[in-house]
Amino acid sequence: MSESHGAHGGALAHHFEDLEQQREAHTLGMWAFLVTEVLFFGGLFAAYAVYRSSYPEAFANASNQLDPVLGGMNTAVLIGSSFTMVLAVHAAQLRRKWQIVGWLLATVVLGAVFLGVKYVEYHHKWEHHLIPGPNFMFEGQPGGSEQLFFALYFSMTGLHAFHMVIGAGVLIWLSVLAARGRFDQPGRNAVEMAGLYWHFVDLVWIFLFPLLYLLGRHQ
Amino acid sequence: MSNAHHESNSPNGAASHSDHAVGLGLYFAVFAALLVGTWLTVWVAGRDLGAWNTPVALGIACAKASLVVLYFMHVRWSSKVVWLAAAIGFVFLVILLGFTISDYATREWLEIYSEPLRSR
Repeated sequence: MSESHGAHGGALAHHFEDLEQQREAHTLGMWAFLVTEVLFFGGLFAAYAVYRSSYPEAFANASNQLDPVLGGMNTAVLIGSSFTMVLAVHAAQLRRKWQIVGWLLATVVLGAVFLGVKYVEYHHKWEHHLIPGPNFMFEGQPGGSEQLFFALYFSMTGLHAFHMVIGAGVLIWLSVLAARGRFDQPGRNAVEMAGLYWHFVDLVWIFLFPLLYLLGRHQ
Repeated sequence: MSNAHHESNSPNGAASHSDHAVGLGLYFAVFAALLVGTWLTVWVAGRDLGAWNTPVALGIACAKASLVVLYFMHVRWSSKVVWLAAAIGFVFLVILLGFTISDYATREWLEIYSEPLRSR
């Protein structure tokens, strides 16, 4: 790696003036990536808006097949994982090695709980023929516009879950680096940047939960 | 506490947020507010507000999202350029959703569009 350990005593890459400029560049680059992610998910939200306004009753009925208790619990678990992530970033700012490792692994565990519940939910849909395709059945009827809801449900929650798997992998990798002392010096911003990503994934779920699980509950 | 470790020597003082180790109390308050917001989302979804159910749900979600972005993602203490980068993503999202929805919502105003989407 082309890093010079200059007067700052930190991990300053040679193309930056100081640690603060380096950190600013890392943060800005991460946000540029997150903006593309916003629009990546945004396309699916746009599709959701179009089809839900076209088939409001089918969407409400299909949504009532989801379990709001599991969905709500998972929302709380994911918010909890954002909290442990922020504590990991806090520990990284204070360069407290074992606290970083601990909070990163706590975040991974909560992420795994979320994905485990997601597996239970997907399995339930599988058993009840709610996977879009030739074997789709809704209340004893094949086909129907409810398929559109489930196609969007699996696309949106699937893409979200995929992001969580990537995020959990990154966090495990960072906890190994942390244990090896990678974040003992100032100027190492990886934990904070991974935190931005993890919070973004939480952000997407904050919108997915009411739009997918709760839209037919008042009827 | 964090200042003891403060090693950046940036002259303009902009470094202050790099080690902006806000009190853990604030993080916990945001965490608690997000849980309350989740409970509120579920509670309000069970009431019949007519056409307002979705706007209210999205309003609560936007409030929760703002808390995450401002406090957990530290945008509140970030520089203007980071603030701008964060905001621009949502500006383009609004353009994407706004133009798409205004298209589909107004198609049936035209007689030429005799087969509305939902009849197919």
